[in-house]
Amino acid sequence: PSHEYKLNFKKSKEVCLSYIQDAMLQKQWKRAAEFLTFYIESLEKDFSTEYMGPSEMIWRIGTEILCHHSNSSMKEFNSFIEQMKTLGVKRYLKVCLEHAFHLLCNGLIDEAYQNLSLAESWRFGEQTIIQNKELKLIQAYRGLLDYYSWCKQKNILLEHGQDGFEDLSVEQEMHSCFRKAAVSLKEIIEIPGVWDLFVKCYVDLLEFYGDHNEARQVLNEYAYNSKFPANPNAHVYLYQFLKRHGESKKSLISALKILHDIVPSHELMIDFNIMLQKSKKRKKRRLGLEVIFAALDYAGWKENVKAWSCLARQVKQIVMSEKHLDWIKQEWNSRKDWWPAFHFSCYLAKRNWQENESLSYEKALVAGILLGKDCKYFKYISHQGCKAQVKRFRILKKFVNKHSPVYLRISS
Amino acid sequence: RDFNERCAQCSEVNWGLTDGGRFYCRSCHNVTERTREVVNTDFVSNARIQTISKGLRKQEKTDGGCEWYVCEGFQLVLKKQAEALEALGVCPQMKDEILCNFWRRYLQKTKQAYCNRPAGETVRAFSVCDSSTDVDSELERPSLLRLLSLSESEGDLQTDCSFASSISKISESTSVYSGSVDGSLYLMKNRKEKLRMTMPMTLSFCYMALLWLREPMTLSDLLRFVVEGHIPYLNVFQHFPEKMKLYGVDLKIFCVESWPVYEEVYNKMLELAAFLELPRFPDITDSCFLHPDMLCMKYLMEVNLPDELHNWTCRVVKKTCIGEADFLTLVPGNKSTRNVKYDVLAAAVIVVVLKLLFLLDDHYEWLLSDFAEERNKNNKEGAPYFEFKKWYKVIKCSLDSKQKKLDEERAKYLWRCEKPLFYSDKKKSKVLKRRQMVVNLQNQFGKLSGSVQPAEKPNPSSFQFTWSEENTDGSCFYGHSLKGILQEKCGLLTTMNPHYWLCTVKLCNERMCGHLAHYREADFPQSYHFVLRLFSFLLRIQPSYIHDEVCVIEHKLFHKKLRKKPKCNAGLRK
Repeated sequence: PSHEYKLNFKKSKEVCLSYIQDAMLQKQWKRAAEFLTFYIESLEKDFSTEYMGPSEMIWRIGTEILCHHSNSSMKEFNSFIEQMKTLGVKRYLKVCLEHAFHLLCNGLIDEAYQNLSLAESWRFGEQTIIQNKELKLIQAYRGLLDYYSWCKQKNILLEHGQDGFEDLSVEQEMHSCFRKAAVSLKEIIEIPGVWDLFVKCYVDLLEFYGDHNEARQVLNEYAYNSKFPANPNAHVYLYQFLKRHGESKKSLISALKILHDIVPSHELMIDFNIMLQKSKKRKKRRLGLEVIFAALDYAGWKENVKAWSCLARQVKQIVMSEKHLDWIKQEWNSRKDWWPAFHFSCYLAKRNWQENESLSYEKALVAGILLGKDCKYFKYISHQGCKAQVKRFRILKKFVNKHSPVYLRISS
Repeated sequence: RDFNERCAQCSEVNWGLTDGGRFYCRSCHNVTERTREVVNTDFVSNARIQTISKGLRKQEKTDGGCEWYVCEGFQLVLKKQAEALEALGVCPQMKDEILCNFWRRYLQKTKQAYCNRPAGETVRAFSVCDSSTDVDSELERPSLLRLLSLSESEGDLQTDCSFASSISKISESTSVYSGSVDGSLYLMKNRKEKLRMTMPMTLSFCYMALLWLREPMTLSDLLRFVVEGHIPYLNVFQHFPEKMKLYGVDLKIFCVESWPVYEEVYNKMLELAAFLELPRFPDITDSCFLHPDMLCMKYLMEVNLPDELHNWTCRVVKKTCIGEADFLTLVPGNKSTRNVKYDVLAAAVIVVVLKLLFLLDDHYEWLLSDFAEERNKNNKEGAPYFEFKKWYKVIKCSLDSKQKKLDEERAKYLWRCEKPLFYSDKKKSKVLKRRQMVVNLQNQFGKLSGSVQPAEKPNPSSFQFTWSEENTDGSCFYGHSLKGILQEKCGLLTTMNPHYWLCTVKLCNERMCGHLAHYREADFPQSYHFVLRLFSFLLRIQPSYIHDEVCVIEHKLFHKKLRKKPKCNAGLRK
């Protein structure tokens, strides 16, 4: 490090900051606090037009230190944050919002609610417009906390209902929470963004009060409005909703189709495949095969028995019907170079047999069809299975032997 | 000198100053009670103006402030600095005579060109700050500024009504807010004025006075004391009297936001000495602290090197003629001689001596050290032979820890003081609120700092490193002998090292590129860099300054050889 013997205010505060940074990275909170005390006087020279000036630095650093320092209390933290709020009007709402988060993380829900409500009513001329985004967020989180209250009231009501009590005041309270929550949640959801939690809560409210149309509309918007960022969860929520309300398979399938496109490895792909397999439409069944193959491309599915059983069932069905073997051929074409090593190695054969018989059964069936009866995986598993005198492996062996010409047709 | 009253006893006017600062009559040795107050800091509001210009009231200051001029502010600063220096042990003569005389001379020289006044305005505005309300007894309390006006004018202060209006003209012409009367003027017309007074220049004044008195304080010492807070500089305005309000532009003049820079203070001192047309300074002889023989001794002690090295530094000083009074003494305005930085010079001499003895090429010094170590095994009586390696370890350890401490202090340096400053009245409440918040936050996080107490100002000390010969761990090298690395040749003790490498073959032209040489750490051996770093730390200047001086000394030392072989390579045989 170059040891300079010159020093000016700006440089000395830069150096101070680097000491603070080092201390924080090493979790030396006392030392960080010590150096922060020397940095604080830069507030008196805060004419900066820099991106992050002293007041923001102090807010962020001070928050970190107070969060981690063993001697600091919630009371101290609150008093610190209140000072930070007065420091910079341009940052007021942001500080309020983060303060609320902090309170929530510490389980102080009522305090968080008070803070958010207070912040919501803040008006400061032009600044209110400039900080509109933060204001909306504050309203949204306040709405979320209203929802939380609503849930509590609801539970109380249900309990009392069980006990045979009626409680008008609780009911009224509940409805009032609902109204407050609904307004805010609806507002935030209208802005393009990722609002998973808010959407879920809002839909929950709507469903409870029986407004299914509104709920469906909200979910459709959230999933299909192109202004919103692509969000797999949106489709999941929609699907779950549709399923809950017994919608047609057609609509369920269309909901999951996009999910497959965005996240082929999603856990709902199993449900999707099952639905598709059962479909009368050829296209759907074809899609089903594509879906299950795609899912198994991912390492996370390697040992998923259900997935393998779906694939096995479908493959078996196709082979037995002797129709649409070209489907398997198409799917296998892009996988034949790497699936053998990925799924059907000797090592995996031994391991699968040791750990999970069902898994090895399903996989062996697929291997036997795709790679033929001479493939190492199939041979090993079927041998082991027959040796262990498990009936289904004998059946499996027979089946694969019977349909061995299929392999030739697939692989050519 | 300036006291013109007749002696009560003998009616002579022949005054001198006692040690206590009192006037005594030289003829009859009658001591008066009159003390010499050269620097008058009493501020009474401008009663004078009001008695004279009844109609032309100046803008009323509602905050209880009085009128003051920028140079009065600086005068106060100098006074405080001089007092601090006196507290550090500098002789009182510095404050009472030398410094104030320099300052007075400066005022005289600059007043002539000081105010760009529209026609008719006189400079006698300065005589406003007169402590006396009695018009007749002008000699009552000799104030510096009054003395000035007396010497300049045949001034009829009472009848001259123009200065009242001239004052209001000054302040009207300025649209910028300032607590001082001429703050904005001061900054505005400075382009023509070469030696406008600045805060760093106060240190130039101090150093100039110290040099005149040949006090045992180098410029690097002075600047270090400033940074350590022993000499008022940062936030010195907090010592201004309550009535002297600082606003607006004054802040730019009196507020400091950087540590004083050696080069800047030094160069300004030279400029100042020339500007004031000072004569040749008192000679620096070999009994002076600033003489390289003396300073080398001090620095050798400070870096824990054997006393025997002093012989060698004296030899180098003698050979290069840098111990001559003519070389060392400052002659203001003399551009042909290179001016001497005594501390840097002494440090450079030591570096050259180390190069002579140890070569410092990252190789030879370690060999030599091993050799000395071997010889030490058989050397049980008498002083141990000096081993470079041991010294290096001890010093490096100390230096690193002190350097680390200094680096932390830099990070912890506090620039603000309790007395808040505001640019204007409008900003006052905002500034005060901020200050309150700062104090609150400092307290809050201060408590979380653990048991760390705010660092006490260290006692001012001339020595930054101290070594004790009583330590039995062998970490003090004063008494060590150089015999381990010397040999006898023709009855003389000479170095075992026959080689020397020059830092640079050719010196640059200082006027063109500002330096005599260019130092880059990577170009030189690490041992050399270490030694530079050591002195760099002691003097608080960049290693390149010492390196420059080393180059100059080397060229003086070897100039014969250099002249003979214009194409010689960097290595020389001594």
